[in-house]
Amino acid sequence: MDTIAGKKSGLTIAVNLTVAALVLIWLIPTIGLLVSSFRDRDQISATGWWLAPLPVELTFRIRPAGDGAREEGGLHVLEGNVFAQPETARRFPEGRGEVTGFGVRARLPAEFAPGTEAELPRGGAVAIDADGAFRITQDEAFGPRGPTLYFEARTPPRFTLENYRTVLLADGMGRAFINTLTVTIPATVIPILIAAFAAYALAWMDFVGRGVLIAAVVGLLVVPLQLALVPLLSLHQQVGIGQSFLGIWLAHTGFGMPLAIYLLRNYMVGLPRDIIESARVDGATDFQIFTRIILPLSFPALAAFAIFQFLWVWNDLLVAKVFLPSATDTRVMTVTIADDLLGSRGGDWEILAAAAFVSIAVPLVVFFTLQRYLVRGLLAGSVK
Amino acid sequence: MPPVLQGLVTIAVGVFGCVAYFWVSNWLLDRVILPARGPNIARNIAWASLVRPWLFLFPAIFVLGLYLAWPVLGSFIRSLYNRAGTEFIGFGNYADLLAEPGFRTAVFNNMLWLLVVPAAATGFGLMAAQLTDRLRWGNLAKSMIFMPMAISFVGASLIWKFVYHNTADIGLINAVRAGLGAERAIDVVQIPFWNNFFLMVILIWIQTGFAMVILSAALRGIPEETIEAAILDGAGPFRLFFQVKVPQIMGTIVVVWTTITILALKVFDIVYTMTGGNFGTHILPSYMMTFMFRDDGRATAVAFVIMLLVTPVMIWNIRQARRELR
Repeated sequence: MDTIAGKKSGLTIAVNLTVAALVLIWLIPTIGLLVSSFRDRDQISATGWWLAPLPVELTFRIRPAGDGAREEGGLHVLEGNVFAQPETARRFPEGRGEVTGFGVRARLPAEFAPGTEAELPRGGAVAIDADGAFRITQDEAFGPRGPTLYFEARTPPRFTLENYRTVLLADGMGRAFINTLTVTIPATVIPILIAAFAAYALAWMDFVGRGVLIAAVVGLLVVPLQLALVPLLSLHQQVGIGQSFLGIWLAHTGFGMPLAIYLLRNYMVGLPRDIIESARVDGATDFQIFTRIILPLSFPALAAFAIFQFLWVWNDLLVAKVFLPSATDTRVMTVTIADDLLGSRGGDWEILAAAAFVSIAVPLVVFFTLQRYLVRGLLAGSVK
Repeated sequence: MPPVLQGLVTIAVGVFGCVAYFWVSNWLLDRVILPARGPNIARNIAWASLVRPWLFLFPAIFVLGLYLAWPVLGSFIRSLYNRAGTEFIGFGNYADLLAEPGFRTAVFNNMLWLLVVPAAATGFGLMAAQLTDRLRWGNLAKSMIFMPMAISFVGASLIWKFVYHNTADIGLINAVRAGLGAERAIDVVQIPFWNNFFLMVILIWIQTGFAMVILSAALRGIPEETIEAAILDGAGPFRLFFQVKVPQIMGTIVVVWTTITILALKVFDIVYTMTGGNFGTHILPSYMMTFMFRDDGRATAVAFVIMLLVTPVMIWNIRQARRELR
């Protein structure tokens, strides 16, 4: 392909740029979530996550205490610093900051430039400097609290783990995480063994009806789960399982079975015939061939299915909604996010972002560490 | 017992139970029922090898039958009964559905999903597979495009909420619009008709990686000679791709396309999380969930409609599988 060097380089640059653009488009939404989950609540609603490393201008409202006032030439004067007020203490722990504008009405919190003087709506005047020093003058004496002031100040970018703490402890995501884990692990482990035996029978044993069974498995691969919900839930209720962890484990075992058998059979069929034949000649039973030869050799396919099933169960919303009780202490993460947080915390983007990231962290780790097996499994399942 | 402990016990019982079942049933077969010794040894061995496959298959067949095959019938039967399940009403639920505008919207939207999502995901996947093929950082790029596969539909929806949000301070789309001089922020999931496409983008974003991985393997599997011959004959990169490579991987493209089609018929999470079906965005799976726990007759009727839509693909898949077996 490297025949016409000059022509090729132009194309190569174009290809590189296109792929870079594609990767960027694919990554940006996830990066946005990750960045947002570490941002401070007020900053999230003030600037977009793409401006997260820059300082944010936030508006504050203070009502300075009136007890430090003094009289000066017939006027009452109250002086102080806007950054030293109780309302701003959390944001400016050092008591210093930079005012970029101030105002006397809630509607226009940055109406005036720092250093100028503004009239107060109830008489008197106020001036706020850029360093936060303010001076209020009025005819009457100050009450216990002075007039309400608004100002806008530049706050340094602030990243915090607080969102994660809130989500895990207060919003039930910690509990939901454990529930998800509880649902996922048995629902991943149990189908493997059942499917492996069946796959071996379908791959290496001769019997009447094998073709029909394989066709049935292929057919069941595409049966929509929606069909299973109502009949199985009423079945579970009749036999006393009801909505419970046992019920969801059984359901996921059933729903994962066609893919498990299909993947494992496809892989086992491809194992070298010689090994199995010679083991047979040496007098090994089918049970021995399966446990001593097939099972160890099929490790890549077993791993591939395990990853699939893990991701699928971990990420599932539908089955969890139907087969688990909807009480708070049995909710899995997807249900907690979709049914609880999106409703009660709909506007708290930092909480939603942190919750989403808690729920996708484990699958991402599994994905990046075991990608090789996942790809191999996908290929075994589709290109045949 | 706390659920975690219950889970561990279940793993132990489940794994041990399976192993015990397979081992004990084999042992019984070989030693007790049809022992490979004594006067009937030949007959016993022959019988044992007839029975054994079914021992291996029994748990799987039982689970498949109970959790997937039977519900198809069970759902259909249930859909012929009224809400409480007490009275046989024939196709009454289906007739009610047809009369409902919500159902028609859901069917229409689902058709849109079926047309757009597989086409877009396969198209982008094919493009990504071809472009990353000879790139030095191709594997890294593929990894990044493949990544959304690991993310749940709920998580993906939340991720995209940050793109679609209706203010320029959170939503990326509105920020870009504001940057281009738009005065008012818009809420893209509320624009009639077009909001469907914004929801589809999420599934396309997830599925492109899947298409890319499989198509990329297929592209690698194309015999070198055909490509070399085409280059010697003077084919440019575009002709090479569209007239030499794509026809050779057509089979795989069809497989990818149908797999994503099936998925687009089943995913309810995205619509549920993004709009809850409001603003005319229901598709059949999300529409079904509005009846779940309230009217099982209707819910199963919708589910069976989904089944009918899947059936052609199912038959096609089975025929393909049978052809391979021969």
